[in-house]
Amino acid sequence: MTKRTTAHLALSDGTTFEGEAAGALLEGGVATGEAVFNTALSGYQEVITDPSYAGQVVAFTYPHIGNYGVTDLDDESRGVFLSGVIVRDLPPLHSSWRAQGGLEDLLIAQGVGAITGIDTRRLTRHLRNAGALPCALGTGPREDIIEAAQHAASTDGQALAMDVSTPTAYQVGSGALRVVALDLGIKSTILAHLARFATVEVVPATTTADEILSLDPDGIFLSNGPGDPGALDAVARTVADLVGTRPLLGICLGHQVLASALGGATFKLPFGHHGSNHPVKNLATGQIEITAQNHNYAVVEGSILGATVTHVNLNDGIIEGIAVESAGAFSVQHHPEAGPGPHDASYLFDTFAQAMATTSKAGR
Amino acid sequence: MPRRDDLSSILVIGSGPIVIGQACEFDYSGTQACRVLTQEGYRVILANSNPATIMTDPATADATYVEPLDVDVLTAIIERERPDAILPTLGGQTALNLTMELARRGVPEALGVEIIGARPEAIETAEDRDKFKQAMTEIGLIVPRSGFAHSLEEAVVIAREIGFPIMVRPSYILGGQGTGIAPDEQAFLRLAAEGLVASPVGEILVERSIAGWKEYELEVMRDSADNCVVICSIENLDPMGVHTGDSITVAPAQTLSDVEYQEMRDDSFACLRRVGVETGGSNVQFAVNPWTGERIVIEMNPRVSRSSALASKATGFPIAKIAARLAVGYRLDEITNDITMATPASFEPTIDYVVTKVPRWAFEKLPGAEPHLGTRMQSVGEVMAIGRTFPESLQKAMRSLEQGRTGLVDRDEESLAAGFSDSELLIACDQATPDRLFLVAAALRRGLGVEAVHQATLIDRWFLSQIEIITDAAEEFVALGADGLTRDTLRQAKRLGFSDAQLAEMFGVAETEVFAAREAAGVTVTYKTVDTCAAEFEAFTPYHFGTYEEEDEIRPSGRPRVIILGSGPNRIGQGIEFDYCCVHASMTLRAAGFETIMINCNPETVSTDYDTSDRLYFEPLTGEDVRAIIAAEQRASEGDGELLGVIVSLGGQTPLKLAHEIDPGLILGTSPASIDLAEDRKRFNDLLAARGMAQPPGGTATTFDGAKKIAADIGYPVLVRPSYVLGGRAMEIVYDEPNLTRAMTTLLGDDDHEGALAREGGVTEDRPILIDRFLEEAIEVDVDAVRDASGEVLIGGVMEHVEEAGVHSGDSACALPPQTLGDDIVLTLERWAAELADALDVVGLLNVQFAVKDGEAYVIEANPRASRTVPFVAKATGVPLAAVAARVMTGSTLAQLRDEGMVPRDRVRPTHVSVKEAVLPFSRFPGVDTILGPEMRSTGEVMGVDRTFGLAFAKSQMAAGSRLPSTGAVFLSLADRDKGAGAEVARAFVELGFALMATMGTAGYLRDNGIPVEKLVAKVGDEALAADAVELIASGDVQLVINTPRGHGPRADGAHIRAACIEHAIPCLTTLAAARAAAQGIGDWASHPLEVITLQELHAAQATA
Ligand SMILES: Nc1ncnc2c1ncn2[C@@H]1O[C@H](COP(=O)(O)OP(=O)(O)O)[C@@H](O)[C@H]1O
Ligand SMILES: Nc1ncnc2c1ncn2[C@@H]1O[C@H](COP(=O)(O)OP(=O)(O)O)[C@@H](O)[C@H]1O
Ligand SMILES: [Mg+2]
Ligand SMILES: [Mg+2]
Repeated sequence: MTKRTTAHLALSDGTTFEGEAAGALLEGGVATGEAVFNTALSGYQEVITDPSYAGQVVAFTYPHIGNYGVTDLDDESRGVFLSGVIVRDLPPLHSSWRAQGGLEDLLIAQGVGAITGIDTRRLTRHLRNAGALPCALGTGPREDIIEAAQHAASTDGQALAMDVSTPTAYQVGSGALRVVALDLGIKSTILAHLARFATVEVVPATTTADEILSLDPDGIFLSNGPGDPGALDAVARTVADLVGTRPLLGICLGHQVLASALGGATFKLPFGHHGSNHPVKNLATGQIEITAQNHNYAVVEGSILGATVTHVNLNDGIIEGIAVESAGAFSVQHHPEAGPGPHDASYLFDTFAQAMATTSKAGR
Repeated sequence: MPRRDDLSSILVIGSGPIVIGQACEFDYSGTQACRVLTQEGYRVILANSNPATIMTDPATADATYVEPLDVDVLTAIIERERPDAILPTLGGQTALNLTMELARRGVPEALGVEIIGARPEAIETAEDRDKFKQAMTEIGLIVPRSGFAHSLEEAVVIAREIGFPIMVRPSYILGGQGTGIAPDEQAFLRLAAEGLVASPVGEILVERSIAGWKEYELEVMRDSADNCVVICSIENLDPMGVHTGDSITVAPAQTLSDVEYQEMRDDSFACLRRVGVETGGSNVQFAVNPWTGERIVIEMNPRVSRSSALASKATGFPIAKIAARLAVGYRLDEITNDITMATPASFEPTIDYVVTKVPRWAFEKLPGAEPHLGTRMQSVGEVMAIGRTFPESLQKAMRSLEQGRTGLVDRDEESLAAGFSDSELLIACDQATPDRLFLVAAALRRGLGVEAVHQATLIDRWFLSQIEIITDAAEEFVALGADGLTRDTLRQAKRLGFSDAQLAEMFGVAETEVFAAREAAGVTVTYKTVDTCAAEFEAFTPYHFGTYEEEDEIRPSGRPRVIILGSGPNRIGQGIEFDYCCVHASMTLRAAGFETIMINCNPETVSTDYDTSDRLYFEPLTGEDVRAIIAAEQRASEGDGELLGVIVSLGGQTPLKLAHEIDPGLILGTSPASIDLAEDRKRFNDLLAARGMAQPPGGTATTFDGAKKIAADIGYPVLVRPSYVLGGRAMEIVYDEPNLTRAMTTLLGDDDHEGALAREGGVTEDRPILIDRFLEEAIEVDVDAVRDASGEVLIGGVMEHVEEAGVHSGDSACALPPQTLGDDIVLTLERWAAELADALDVVGLLNVQFAVKDGEAYVIEANPRASRTVPFVAKATGVPLAAVAARVMTGSTLAQLRDEGMVPRDRVRPTHVSVKEAVLPFSRFPGVDTILGPEMRSTGEVMGVDRTFGLAFAKSQMAAGSRLPSTGAVFLSLADRDKGAGAEVARAFVELGFALMATMGTAGYLRDNGIPVEKLVAKVGDEALAADAVELIASGDVQLVINTPRGHGPRADGAHIRAACIEHAIPCLTTLAAARAAAQGIGDWASHPLEVITLQELHAAQATA
């Protein structure tokens, strides 16, 4: 086994951790971003290729990351947008009939700096108490890395969605229904779900309401994405104009943007929800759905008058879903598309399809 | 839906004696369930024949029936108690099968009892493989191609159609008994025939073999509102073809992508829903094709299981506890997770460490059994280890096994492979055996490479590459030698789970030097917490494991604390009874205001339930690991907090051996010096002699000549055995010098093979061979006593064995109170026990074993520790000996405990007779002779309680699974020396209306004494004709067989008779003593109606008697 160079992880509050350089973290190199932890046991490739992590350095709480390699099939986007990866162990050899390569190769190819050998449990406990913090990882002297961490940016007030959104519109699927998806950092798994029943026109985050309506969609989709929803006023205004015109589904950032569009407020959770095991209660049916989650911001309880709360998180009571029946608009904070995660909530896509089917029939 | 108020009393069925495939994991599950249901305010009625369990503790349920798990008995219990519901899903296969039988007889309907947890239809669908496969196909899940056969003819037709290799598996069986994989038709015919017999319904499944595929298990839960969650995924390191119970298993699954895992999750929910498990936990097993990912469902168990216990310990999610709540109506979201106390139970645990389970086998105790692993489970116990990485947890598991190994790679693993060429080694790796993983490690250490080993074993490359990390490191360390004592190397080593002992060996330095170097370099263990959520939420349950990281999570404590060392993996000779003692100590000391700290590595047990003690360290029981915890706890003391000491005398030999590895000043109760005195033959002899207590003449030797001389002096027969081993390991009765030579050679070893004791440290001056005069036809007696620091001694119980001395105390039935011994001799034995307690300055428990021959008492051995019989005594008398001992060891006097009411004011007067019977694993090991001897081989025990000895004995036999017949024919074949006494027994059976059949010699003798013998059978041993006896047994015309091995020397003959009895499940008694007891039992049984009694009633009656 080739020895790795010693590296350190530092948080903006000066806490440091000992580890070894991995991925594209070169001698003397430094990677910075907002440190968050993800508790999923599997699905590291989907997490790493999820645009919603832009600006963040993701620590995996499960120690062995990379066991079954990587495959194009599991990419959630055209590239990698996160700023760094923190793990306890990167296995030297992966094993799976699906694998096309190893995780570290992907990190190197995508220029993602990573650090391994970290006491990720200590880090998690620290972030749990201190909240998500800017961090830096690098091979240089510990002081330099602490220094870098202190200058690293958090995601507060950042409109990162605008950076990761597609520069040009493109089409996916060939279903009977027509959906316009406003790309704030959309995941492939979501497109795959929509493509089951729709022809999806994926448009840049800057697209206006008129432009969207001119595409004459049966329904409008607001995607997941990174950063602070509070920094997306323009998008919120666009959405405000769209609410009521067509059935509308929002996921994660899309959910937060819909809330803002409806006059609601959002706030930043101490360390967010990042994992595949969050219990969500569907208030209509009373059923519990184990959901995939990935968000640092959430909708403020009682801040939206027009909408009803449809789902809540059983761990901390956070609003997980809202709906405006009259306008045929609804959204969820969690990830019904999974990728990675359980499939319990995937029925939401069918609900969306039905809503579109009825209105499109009834309507035009 | 909240708690069901329409129910008020619930019958919980336990799993009975510990047998292979059904061990103390059901004590863990059952105890949790009973406690929860009691807390919920239900009247809990428990039926379980196993006295060694915490479950059958009078405090665990409201009405505790330690009665045979038999349909008639259960019916009697139900009629007497009229429970509102039966909960069958916590007592393993036994409880399910019994419930099905009850349902078939219409008992629940007739008496208006509801079956909760899983309805009979659901159980049927899951257990009947045919129905199961149909159901799975219905919902679109794939099952292996197969067909059912009820005859050999049918079987062959199906096999030919599917094509070989073929897997055979009988319906309704436990632990894969009678199952196997046949490469060709010839092997198939044998397996199929065996399987048809093994199945209670005479049905076998003939199935396509998918040996070599990856094997997985998902532990799933469902509530009444149809909410489903996965608690844990488990991946078997050993591919399909090795029973999960015999496989090294790892949690969570390591080599499944999320895409594959989520599909498996969906399938397991679909399976649960289709089978119709309304509430509770189930286990779904899958096979995955490593080349294509094709996924096949193997089976599902609609109940808690060995795997669910493992999953509970692996995640901190108490499956049985939650299952019990769900069974009485609660929904997952209505139950809070007691580890976080904030989040609901309706989530899926996620973990930030790796858990590895490794089984432990007992082949060395079962000569004649091939140590080959297959689809039938053969392990008798298991260890679990937690580490931050797989290599760390694997190495911790290896040293937890207590088989003299310091980790995965050491001298041992090298010597195992030494003889093999590279290609031979790979071939050896291909055959699954208890040693396989060490050979795999050896192969990788030789540099044969992951790919080659994978091709040979089909063990997933990921696991192999992780093991290679260990072996590469080992090579590096050996090369470094003493230069390896640097911070970086030590840190790397410890993070890979290497023990100090292992490193000492590789660096070529003393273990103490490794430790010192680590301390100096600051490479010290840190304890993390098992919290079900990977630290996302704060955890309140101090359930810890050691690893080498940057942060330690042990909370300070301002209270007096006591560490209790558990008993490690179950093995023959050391089982659940010792866990019972440790758990009792913990419960009592907590009640007395101490904070208790449990250390153990056995995932099946109640002691490793995180709420049994104030703190749980799930760690190996080795000197290094225990010392580290002691240090951590001493660091954790704040204010008046103090670590008072360590209890080493309740967990059997395991902690007792550790007494030498820790600060003597910390040992509570009997001092290490006294422990040694009891084990030191020479000094113990002198001690007895000085007090005029007789002992079988004998001596110790370390050489063959020494042994020969002693034998000559004391005269044959002699008993030869090593000191310091439990369960009569390697003990032999030797009748002459040639056999002495043979026996000594096995122990000492010779040029071509190493001695049987090599792994225990061989034979040395301080670990010599003991040679004693063997007392023939002596009555053996066990006495359990407790002595306090003030010198008062409490005699807990005197147990008279049914079988004569020479049959290991753990294998013989015994009665409390004694049945044939006179009061005077009993008094002598009690007096001697008390004197010994004084002489050894015992503080706590003492077990003395006596032999009484011709009215004279002899001391066989004295153990200043908890014995196997402590729980039995407690159940029979109501005096909680283990608890009393724990209190005494922490400073209380018996007088004080008497005032507290824990110890009765005056001696308990038995109103009933309690009989303990051993349960033997022979039905699983066809090649092994069933004759009982001084080497213990039983895996578990049962208890029968009733008004007379006969009734109690009959119940004990029924509970042990060999129900005594009430009419029919008895077949006798007696050794010459037994014929005299045998005649009376035979006459007794005639008077009971039985017809007699006998072999020539026996028949002749009986007839000469005027006892009618209806049928003559060919002389045993006369191979040509011997078939007759076997055929007779096969024919079913015989209901009971009495076969005492003839003559001296190897007690081999008659073996085929006994084998036939096992094969056809005919009760077979191999000692006259047992036969006499059986006659008595059958007599009393015929003249009394079946009566059942609860322990609570029994104890009340005896207290006031
Ligand atoms: N079709 C098969 N081909 C090869 N091995 C099998 C097959 N089915 C089961 N096995 C092996 O046999 C073991 C026992 O089978 P299982 O159905 O789980 O019975 P049990 O009820 O004893 O657990 C499994 O753990 C698996 O390793
Ligand atoms: N001198 C003896 N004569 C007859 N039987 C003996 C004698 N010594 C031991 N045994 C038998 O061997 C069994 C095991 O011996 P023991 O000293 O109890 O070993 P262990 O430590 O395994 O319990 C005893 O239960 C008894 O039946
Ligand atoms: Mg199984
Ligand atoms: Mg003994």
